[in-house]
Amino acid sequence: MKDMATQTLLLEIKGLEKRFDLDKGFLETVKFKDGRLTRETRSVHAVNNVNLDVAKGEALCVVGESGCGKSTVARLVAGLLAPSAGEIHYEGQRIDDLSRNEMLPLRKKIQMIFQNPYASLNPRMTILQALEEPVRHHNPKFSAAEVRDKVTEVMMSVGVDPTWIKRYPHEFSGGQRQRIAIARALTVDPEFIIADEPISALDVSIQAQVLNLMLEAKESRGLTYLFITHDLSVVEHFGTRVAVLYLGTVCEVADTATLFSNPKHPYTKALLSAVPQLKDDRPNHIRLKGEIPTPINLPQGCPFESRCIFANGRCKSEKPRAIHQPDGSIVACHALEEGRLDADAPGL
Amino acid sequence: MSLLSVRDLTVKFAMRENTVTALNGISFDVAKGERLGIVGESGAGKSITGFALMNLLSRPGFIDSGQIMFEGEDVVGMNDKQLRGMRGNRMAMIFQDPMVTLNPVLTIGQQMIETLMAHRKLSREEARQIAIVKLREVYIPSPEDRLDQYPHELSGGMRQRIIIAIALLLDPQLIIADEPTTALDVTIQADIMELLLELCQSNQVGLILITHDLGVVSQMTERTLVMYAGRIIESGRTREIINDPQHPYTQGLINALPQQTLPGQRLKQIPGNMPSLTNIPPGCPFNPRCEYATDLCRSRIPEISHFGEVEVACHEVQRLQSNDARQEAKA
Repeated sequence: MKDMATQTLLLEIKGLEKRFDLDKGFLETVKFKDGRLTRETRSVHAVNNVNLDVAKGEALCVVGESGCGKSTVARLVAGLLAPSAGEIHYEGQRIDDLSRNEMLPLRKKIQMIFQNPYASLNPRMTILQALEEPVRHHNPKFSAAEVRDKVTEVMMSVGVDPTWIKRYPHEFSGGQRQRIAIARALTVDPEFIIADEPISALDVSIQAQVLNLMLEAKESRGLTYLFITHDLSVVEHFGTRVAVLYLGTVCEVADTATLFSNPKHPYTKALLSAVPQLKDDRPNHIRLKGEIPTPINLPQGCPFESRCIFANGRCKSEKPRAIHQPDGSIVACHALEEGRLDADAPGL
Repeated sequence: MSLLSVRDLTVKFAMRENTVTALNGISFDVAKGERLGIVGESGAGKSITGFALMNLLSRPGFIDSGQIMFEGEDVVGMNDKQLRGMRGNRMAMIFQDPMVTLNPVLTIGQQMIETLMAHRKLSREEARQIAIVKLREVYIPSPEDRLDQYPHELSGGMRQRIIIAIALLLDPQLIIADEPTTALDVTIQADIMELLLELCQSNQVGLILITHDLGVVSQMTERTLVMYAGRIIESGRTREIINDPQHPYTQGLINALPQQTLPGQRLKQIPGNMPSLTNIPPGCPFNPRCEYATDLCRSRIPEISHFGEVEVACHEVQRLQSNDARQEAKA
């Protein structure tokens, strides 16, 4: 954050919103109210006014619990979903309103890795077919030999034996499949990788292998990552900056080191305190009251208000603004703004 | 006397072509009120162990040999009636996904009252009162109303609390929890774990916690078994295993965690994968992935050796220890 001005901004997300309509058909929207027929649509407010920047070479991690909208953010940026409002800029160019054809050159630059390598590889295509397809699609002038060379090079770089190229996905283990999924993203030499929980479905020893692979690719290819995860220990290791999402809203954005050493938002503190630690010297975790409210009826004020011990009347009625802190982090919290919580106190 | 004593338990699966061994002669004990963690990666045999203890394996899986003594009775030799009397009553199980455990077409109350009346001579009203007490113990707000709700009306965390309440309904001596919080968010996981710990401690209930998460084991249990390819490769006091693991696999598992390495540095990874049960290498099952493996490791299965209170199945552990000592002397 501190030297953001000197870095080139790759991705800018401005006021991003996404609503999913719950009532699909016309008849579902018709309600009988006060003796007359009315139409009302309910929708899930998955992403609400999210502003994020990703500089070149960064690994921005988006963390949060299930239902907080982190995967939706990833899909919006990848262009797999259309935003309900807001703008997404890539290298200064607005990309959220492009047509399929206009999007094509960007697809080569922006690639995505999904959580489940069992679902993201076509079971009826060999690894060769799966890896060749994106190379051919994005480089129509390549000769067959060039395509094959590219595939071999990428397979070597992710540590999958290129002689296995005629095999089908089911012949590989989960970790190897995820390597192949990463290889598939790398075949078109992207600049920006969106990874949605890429290691959550893998075992601990395999997680380390895949995470190392992603770190290597970052260094050798100069990749920038948008890394979606719920696992905070991975964030601390992999991310350069972290955005904490709650109910589709950004609570806190900070450098990884700053966030872990000095979390400011009450939700970030609770989240960090809940991670099970190997060593038993951690203070007791902060118990949150209640559970995550539904994103159908969003609270009027701060989304975290119902579970926050610092909440007051203002938190209930007014949404907190994202405010820059002296150490470069951005926090949206009335209590912090008003000095009602001691930002430097360990724990709460 | 220990509450549960497992000796040389071997579980096999009869497949079409051959029989595979999912558990290979495992032995361990759980004392009254003790909390034991079973860790390992997928395919290690952790869940099979849980099922075998309840004698819940169904075809093609079966207990091939061994003994499971629970409160002085052998679970392996029990008939169906004896098993029904034991399961849920003296030994209860909590599974990963509460939605699979709860019956979606019965209310919470029906499921709890049914369980109580099946095991105890109680009137419906008495059973209802016990159910309310148990729901209150797991901090379910307004338990009277919850009894009339269906599982789908409750959140994931709430459902898992209800599962715990049902497991505790008949005051069992032992709870087997198989990845009880893996499907839940971290903040909810922390709540549920704290609750489980509190309930086990206050009621002197034994706990077998099956998980892949070393952090959870570290905070919840007193003793730990580390499993690999159907065998126990290391067991002992949890604190010692976490702080000073002896087996190369346990060391690898702990060192592979992101928090063990400085941010941005390469993680210390274990090469390769867990072998599939149909294709376990000869000798020590870990040998193809182990950097210390010798010819002996490749040909003979290691015996269990004792190091203080820790038991390790590794040929090279003595050499590793002297290596450690030498390195420490150098440093």
